[in-house]
Amino acid sequence: MASGDVKLIGAWASPFVLRARVALNIKAIDYQFIQEQLGAKSQLLLESNPVYKKIPVLIHEDKPICESLIIVQYIDEAWSSGPSILPTDPYDRTVARFWAAYIDDKWFPAMKGLPTAKGDEERKALLEQLGQGLTHMEEVYVKSSQGKAFFGGDKIGLLDIAFGSFLGWLRVTEKLDGVKLLDKVKTPGLVKWSESFCSSPAVKDVLPETDKLAEFAKIVRAKLRGSS
Amino acid sequence: MAEEVILLDFWCSPYGARVRIALAEKGVKYEYREEDLDDKSSLLLEMNPVYKMIPVLIHNGRPVCESLIAVEYIDEVWRGQFPLLPSDPYERAKAKFWGDFIEKKVHEPGKKTWKKKGAEQEEAKKEFIESLKLLEGELGDKPFFGGDTLGFVDIALIPFYTWFYSYEICGHFSIEAECPKFAAWAKRCMQKESVSKSLPDRQKVYGYVLELKKILGIE
Repeated sequence: MASGDVKLIGAWASPFVLRARVALNIKAIDYQFIQEQLGAKSQLLLESNPVYKKIPVLIHEDKPICESLIIVQYIDEAWSSGPSILPTDPYDRTVARFWAAYIDDKWFPAMKGLPTAKGDEERKALLEQLGQGLTHMEEVYVKSSQGKAFFGGDKIGLLDIAFGSFLGWLRVTEKLDGVKLLDKVKTPGLVKWSESFCSSPAVKDVLPETDKLAEFAKIVRAKLRGSS
Repeated sequence: MAEEVILLDFWCSPYGARVRIALAEKGVKYEYREEDLDDKSSLLLEMNPVYKMIPVLIHNGRPVCESLIAVEYIDEVWRGQFPLLPSDPYERAKAKFWGDFIEKKVHEPGKKTWKKKGAEQEEAKKEFIESLKLLEGELGDKPFFGGDTLGFVDIALIPFYTWFYSYEICGHFSIEAECPKFAAWAKRCMQKESVSKSLPDRQKVYGYVLELKKILGIE
C-alpha cells in the first residue's frame, strides 16, 4: 500500500478539488491541504502544473498528478487496499468513465454558462441541456445503483464522486438562478442519492455549505459581469 | 465464448483510428463498419444515443463510446503481452494526462489552422506548435511515449498525424522544421503495421479537408 507524503493543492469552493478530497477520505489518507488564494497562483502550483496552472494538483511523494478524474483514479490505484472507487469489471468501469466524462464535457459547462447566458434563447437552451443531462443521470443511477444508495452500489464510486462534487454548485444555481434542477417528481432517485452522498462520512466534512458557496458565487459573478 | 467485436467508424476519423490501432496491437479480430455521417445507421444511434458519434466499439453487443475510454477498455479486456497503459499508477496517470492534453491543446488549435484565417490562424499555429514542443519534452529520448513499444499516448496522438499534413498546407508551415523530434517519432510510429494499416492516406485526408472547406465556405 502506498504511503508517504501527500499534499493537495486546492480551494474550498472548487468542485474539482472536492473530488480529490472525497477520494482521499474514502481511502482514509492523511494529507496536507494547501489552499490557493483566488487571483494569485502560488509558486508550488505553477511548478506542479505548468501546463494548465490549475487546481487540484495532488502531490504524492513529490510527484504531481493533475486533472481531477485522473487524480481520483490514481488514488484508487495507488491505495489499492482501501475501499475501491472504480468497479472491478472492465465494462462497468467504462460506463462509469463515460458518464463522468459526460458530466465534465456536456453537463457542467451548461450549468456554468447559465448565469452569464445572453438572452432567453440561450438560457432556454442551457436549461434544456441541463434537464436532459439529469434525465440521463436518473436513468444511469437507477440502473447502476441496483436499488442501493450510490451509483457505485453500496459504496461511493467514481460516478458518485464525479457528479456529486457538483451538488453544492447545483444547489447554488437553484437558489440564485431560480431554477429547479433536482426534482422529486422527475428525478426522485437523484434526490435521494444527493442526500446520501452529501451526508456520507467521506463527503460531509469537506462539502462546502450552500450559503457560503452562494455568497462566493455572487462575488465571482459580479466580477465576471464587471469584466465583460 | 466466441467474441463479437464490431467497430462503427469513419475512414478518416483520428478518433476511430485510435481504436483501430489498439485492436491491431492486441491482435483482436473485429468487424469494421463504415458509417455515413450524413445518414447514420440505426445501430449507431442505438449504441451511442448521447453523442450519436463514431467511433463506437461494440463488444458482445455492449457499446463502448469515446475513443480513449475504448482504448483503455481494450487494454483491460485483452490484457495479453502488449500493455498499452503502464502498470505503475503514477505512469498511468501521466499517460492519461497527456492523452487528455492532445484533445485540448493539439486538436483544438490544430483544427483552427485550416478553419481560420489571419490573426486567428496565426494564433492557432503558435499554440499548436507549442503543444507539439511540450510533447517532444515528454517524449525525451524514448523511441515512443510508451517506451520501446507503442503506448496509450502514441495511440492517442499518431492518428492526428495524417491530418497534420493538411494543417501544414492550409497554414503554410512545416512541422518537421519546427519540431524535428516530433516528426521523427511520427515516422517511427508509421513504420508499425498496426499504425500504417489503420491510418488513411494523408493526401486523401487533404482532399476531404478541401471538400469540408468548400462546404463551410472557407477559401
